[in-house]
Amino acid sequence: MGNTSTLFKGLKEFFIEIGDLSNFATRFFKEVLKPPFEFKELMRQCYQMGNRSLVLVTITGFIIGLVLTLQSRPTLIQFGAVSWMPNMVGISIVREIGPVITALICAGRIASGIGAELGSMRVTEQIDAMEVSGTNPFKYLVITRIMATTLMIPILVIYGDLVALYGSALVENLKGDVSFQLYFNTVFDALSFSDLVPATIKSFFFGFAIGLVGCFKGYYSKKGTAGVGVAANTAVVMASLLLFVIDFIAVFISDIFYEL
Amino acid sequence: MNFNMTDPNQIITSNETLPRGKAVIEIKDLYKSFGNNHVLNGFNMTLMEGENLVVMGKSGSGKSVMIKCLVGLVKPDRGTVKVLGKEINALDQKTLDELRSDIGFLFQGSALYDSMTVRENLEFPMRRHKEKLGAVTDTEPLVREALENVGLAHTMDLMPVELSGGMKRRVALARTLILKPKVILYDEPTSGLDPITSKEIIELMRSIQKKYGTSSLIITHDVDCARVISERMILLVDGINYAEGTYSQLSQSTDPKVDAFFKK
Repeated sequence: MGNTSTLFKGLKEFFIEIGDLSNFATRFFKEVLKPPFEFKELMRQCYQMGNRSLVLVTITGFIIGLVLTLQSRPTLIQFGAVSWMPNMVGISIVREIGPVITALICAGRIASGIGAELGSMRVTEQIDAMEVSGTNPFKYLVITRIMATTLMIPILVIYGDLVALYGSALVENLKGDVSFQLYFNTVFDALSFSDLVPATIKSFFFGFAIGLVGCFKGYYSKKGTAGVGVAANTAVVMASLLLFVIDFIAVFISDIFYEL
Repeated sequence: MNFNMTDPNQIITSNETLPRGKAVIEIKDLYKSFGNNHVLNGFNMTLMEGENLVVMGKSGSGKSVMIKCLVGLVKPDRGTVKVLGKEINALDQKTLDELRSDIGFLFQGSALYDSMTVRENLEFPMRRHKEKLGAVTDTEPLVREALENVGLAHTMDLMPVELSGGMKRRVALARTLILKPKVILYDEPTSGLDPITSKEIIELMRSIQKKYGTSSLIITHDVDCARVISERMILLVDGINYAEGTYSQLSQSTDPKVDAFFKK
């Protein structure tokens, strides 16, 4: 009996959370096109998010490309298909691994950062101070951050893909005597419109989800400084979960359109 | 004075102490609850032009909720809140924002924006109230003047994290002054500060009031602060204005609930 009521309570809280998140997203769409526009803050956020995630995305992308190639090589050699390596690595990185890994890294880095920053601003009354000074804190803090993640994540994904491909090319160059030019020519020949477009579109949704969840958790943070930690933590968990849901939907839709 | 100490729910008023002049803030029958927690149960208050009014109450008595109702940060369940003649809850967002430029609010923890320098903190309120500043395009002299008023002109390019608690409070005070408000609301201006810094802040509040002729509403539980700065006091107990009068009137009261505030 106790377990059932706990389950119902948990389910109720889950659906309330989803409802609140949807309301938050609705408010974003209602206010995003209304003036005044905070371009300066948007640019500052884009720079901070892009700049601060760059090293992390570079290291992760490079290692992913390196490891994927090293792990796949023996199997492809066994089947006499090592020449397919650039095609296989290129397609898997561009379609799936690049966007998902980069978005997950950014969810950890950016969503937690936004959650902690806005949460701390909430508990120290900085958001109230902003409102009292006549500035709409939702526009200044939330819309700029969601817009920045929506714009910057696709750029970081493309950059991460290129770094991962470079890592893969380096292995092929050292182990298989394949020149960088040949490797990249083969990769770009293998990639088609149906690989690039859905991956890029879903990166925008990944960025939107990361910004939305980070802002939502931080903006409504409660219970003092402990609430800030909770906001940062739950922002990462919720954003990561949402990324997989979006990825599933994106793959499902692109499967319909492009018959993968 | 009109004291009736027998009924604890009796509102004690002292209309003799109400200064004559124009009311800048009027609160009538203010009610606010959070779930089953009834914070304000028909609170009434009038702040006159140029007056220093102190509202004292225990922690959790609803002082901060009441002061937040005055700037539209909290919506009351019932009652009217008029600031500078305008009913706060009937205003659209644009008019409310315009009215807010005439109200300075000093937050309990200073509420300086962590990611901005002191200069940017002071410039921030000006960005939405350019019409009030008129032809001013260079904000530097205004920022410098506000910081000089609180004796911190040298901190202009520092980050809030580099300031002490007292300095933060003074910078926050400078930020409330930047738009030359008609009313300043102080939410626990001395909380978390040592006695010497508290005294400095109180002196600063008095000098600002003298210089700009602002009306001040001070929310506090610091008896020393109330003694030095108040012209009139309201004791907020159980969500109502339980007692009202000057500091000397209230400090001599024998009512246990009033006396509890002044016991050392």
